[in-house]
Amino acid sequence: MRRVVVTGLGMVTPLGVGHRYNWDRLINSDSGLGPITKFDVSDLPAKVAGEVPRGDGEGQFNPDRFIAPKEQRKMDEFIVYAIAAAEEAIADSGWKPDTDEQRERTGVMIGSGIGGLPGIAEGAVTLHTKGPRRISPFFIPSCLINEASGHVSINHGFKGPNHAVVTACSTGAHAIGDAARLIMLDDADVMVAGGAEMALCRLGIAGFAAMRALSTGFNDNPTAASRPYDKDRDGFVMGEGAGVVILEELEHAKKRGATIYAEVCGYGLSGDAYHLAAPAEDGNGGFRSMKGALKRAGMNPDEIDYINAHGTSTPLGDEIELGAVRRLFGSAIETVAMSSTKSAIGHLLGAAGAVEAIYSIKAINHSVVPPTLNLENPSESCLGVNLVPKVAQEKRVRAALSNSFGFGGTNASVIFKAFG
Amino acid sequence: MSDIAERVKKIVVDHLGVEESKVTENAAFIDDLGADSLDTVELVMAFEEEFGCEIPDDAAEKILTVKDAIDFIKSNAAA
Repeated sequence: MRRVVVTGLGMVTPLGVGHRYNWDRLINSDSGLGPITKFDVSDLPAKVAGEVPRGDGEGQFNPDRFIAPKEQRKMDEFIVYAIAAAEEAIADSGWKPDTDEQRERTGVMIGSGIGGLPGIAEGAVTLHTKGPRRISPFFIPSCLINEASGHVSINHGFKGPNHAVVTACSTGAHAIGDAARLIMLDDADVMVAGGAEMALCRLGIAGFAAMRALSTGFNDNPTAASRPYDKDRDGFVMGEGAGVVILEELEHAKKRGATIYAEVCGYGLSGDAYHLAAPAEDGNGGFRSMKGALKRAGMNPDEIDYINAHGTSTPLGDEIELGAVRRLFGSAIETVAMSSTKSAIGHLLGAAGAVEAIYSIKAINHSVVPPTLNLENPSESCLGVNLVPKVAQEKRVRAALSNSFGFGGTNASVIFKAFG
Repeated sequence: MSDIAERVKKIVVDHLGVEESKVTENAAFIDDLGADSLDTVELVMAFEEEFGCEIPDDAAEKILTVKDAIDFIKSNAAA
């Protein structure tokens, strides 16, 4: 099987724009969470989120730097984030196809959990108040999830496989795993892969709040709201943004002298077949996706030094995932470090798996594992595991496993290992 | 009447993101100003909104240039 490596990274998150800027803030225990400023929250129970910082300063996001204002009207914001993250990742990789053949061997697979929810919400109001003649011809293309991949392919002339994953909060991880397989199976040499999400609108908050999935107890102390494994955790905090990686066939990357961040060596997938939103209580879905990834990588648990957990800060999910890790890792649980970077950026839903894959790769590259913020008092069942409370730790990371679990009982685990 | 021409041109400049100097009366939306078919649909909607008129599809199909738009609005618009 052809081997696949990561040669470019790009991200837009509540910590800011750029993988280097993100990493510096992440290991400095900075938080990207704050009060919601995008819209009125007076009648919503959850008033905290991870918003992407806007402006022209270092690490701040200005969409005009990536897309002409006239074009921005034709796309919902998740696409804007996807384009921005892809721009960084592509530039970072240095991959610029010169020939038609190279362009046809370069594909895009950027997914989203929900897609253009703000646009759909606004469109419905327009239809109701002004009638069908006032619906923009750009309404549909601005909301379609695969238009993120579409725009990136158009901007860069990438004519290879053009695909989009939609598996809720597993989207980003599935996109990276599936895109890597397209390269392994020789359908492409280079894939631009990841996830993007911008469901941070009144309808999005109202919907997740109705499921009682969001944190509501820390509205006055936003940076404390996402606290995976902590006794006081009370739900996830929504974030927005995108993560995109450049995946490349190993020999292709070597031939052009590309910087290789890591190898994608394991990928496992499973379904819970249990409930439309809750994870199976025994954690067997996550257990099997991690086990599948280890099998594909040909690795034992004791070769994994870091786990970037799904760990959303919900009362139920965190302990179920940790239980599955315990059973799979056995005695190796004593040496592995496991943290949830959602404590710093919130839950980026369809972008989470891609953003967290990048953090996992950076942990390998820098020999530092990022912290789980706000972990003051771990729940009983979370004791005895290095959850990297509050402060980053120096640690050699030979390989990192990133978990993503989504509504509908869809699970993905991806393993990256140091290259060379 | 020239007011209508100015307002039409402003909408075209705003929606297509083109230089004002390029928006002459003879400029064609698709061939000269880089619009695609969806842009032209949106332009017609913007004209309807601005001038409080309805432009039926068969009439919209014939609005290909800035002048076409101005002429249609002059003979049909309330304002």
